[in-house]
Amino acid sequence: MTRHALPLLLFGLLAFGPREANAQPQPSADEFVPVAEAPPGEQIPAINLVGAAYGFVWVVLVGYVWTLGRRMSQAERDLAELERRRS
Amino acid sequence: MTRVQQLQLALAGAMLAVAPWIIDGAPYESTMGLVQKIFYFHMPSAWLFLIAALVAGVASARFLFGRAPSADYWAVAAAEMAVVFGIITLVTGPLWARKAWGLWWVWDARLTSSLILWLIFVAYLLLRRFGGPGSDKLGAGMALFGLVNVPFIFVSVNVWRTLHPQTSVVPTLPVEMGAPLWFCLTAFLLLFLALMSMRAGLARQRARIEALYLSEEEA
Repeated sequence: MTRHALPLLLFGLLAFGPREANAQPQPSADEFVPVAEAPPGEQIPAINLVGAAYGFVWVVLVGYVWTLGRRMSQAERDLAELERRRS
Repeated sequence: MTRVQQLQLALAGAMLAVAPWIIDGAPYESTMGLVQKIFYFHMPSAWLFLIAALVAGVASARFLFGRAPSADYWAVAAAEMAVVFGIITLVTGPLWARKAWGLWWVWDARLTSSLILWLIFVAYLLLRRFGGPGSDKLGAGMALFGLVNVPFIFVSVNVWRTLHPQTSVVPTLPVEMGAPLWFCLTAFLLLFLALMSMRAGLARQRARIEALYLSEEEA
C-alpha cells in the first residue's frame, strides 16, 4: 500500500496541483489609481538609507580592525610563550 | 605593527572621520538626490573588493606554481580583504538601489557575479579555517577561480543590460563630485594596505608558531 502511496501522491500533485493554482489567479489590475503620497510602508527616506550605509561601513571596518588586533596580540603571546619554553 | 602600518591606519582613520563633511559638500545628483551619496563609500569598497580578489589570485598562482610560501600569507590576507570590502559593497549597493531603482536587488550580471565572487572568498576562508592539511593548495585553486571572475565583473555593466551605472560614470564625473570620490578612495586604499599587510604579518607569525610547535613535538 505504502509502496504506491508516494508515486500516487506525486502524480496527484503534478497533475492537479498546477491546475488548482491556475484555477484561482490573482485579480489583475484593470486601472491605476493615483494617490498624493505612497503608502507608509513604501516610504523610505534617503537619509535613513545613507545613514544605514555609512553606519554599516564604520561597524564593519572598526569590527574588523578590532578582531585583527585581538588575533595579532594572541599570536604574539603564543610566540613569546613558545620562545620562552625553548630558551 | 610597523611604523608604516600605524601611519597608514592613522591617516585613513582621520580621512574617514572627515569624509562625511567632504561628501556633504558634494552636489546632489540630478535624478537620485541624497541617496547617491552612498556612492562615495560604495565605489571605493567595490574597487578594493576587486583588487583584493586580484591580489589573492596572483599570490595564489605564485604559491601554487612558484612554490613561494610567503605568497600564501598575502593570498590569505587578500582573501580576507575581499570578504570585508565585499560585504561593504554588497550591503551599501542595495541600500542605494532601494531608493534609486525601487528594488533592493536584481539578479543581473554585475550583482550576481559580485555575490558569487564574495561567496568564493567566504568559501576560501572557511576552507583555510577548517580544511586541515592540504587546504592551502585547494584554497589557492579557489582563489584562481575568483581571479578569473574579476574582469567579468568589471566589464559586465558595459556588455549586458543592467540597472547598475556603467564604468564610464567615474571618468566623466565633474570635479565637485570627483574630488570627494578620490578622497574617499585614497582613505579606503590606505586602510586596505595597512590591514592587508597586518593580516599577512599575522599569517607569517602563525606559520612560525606552527613550525615551533612541530619542532617541539619532534624533540
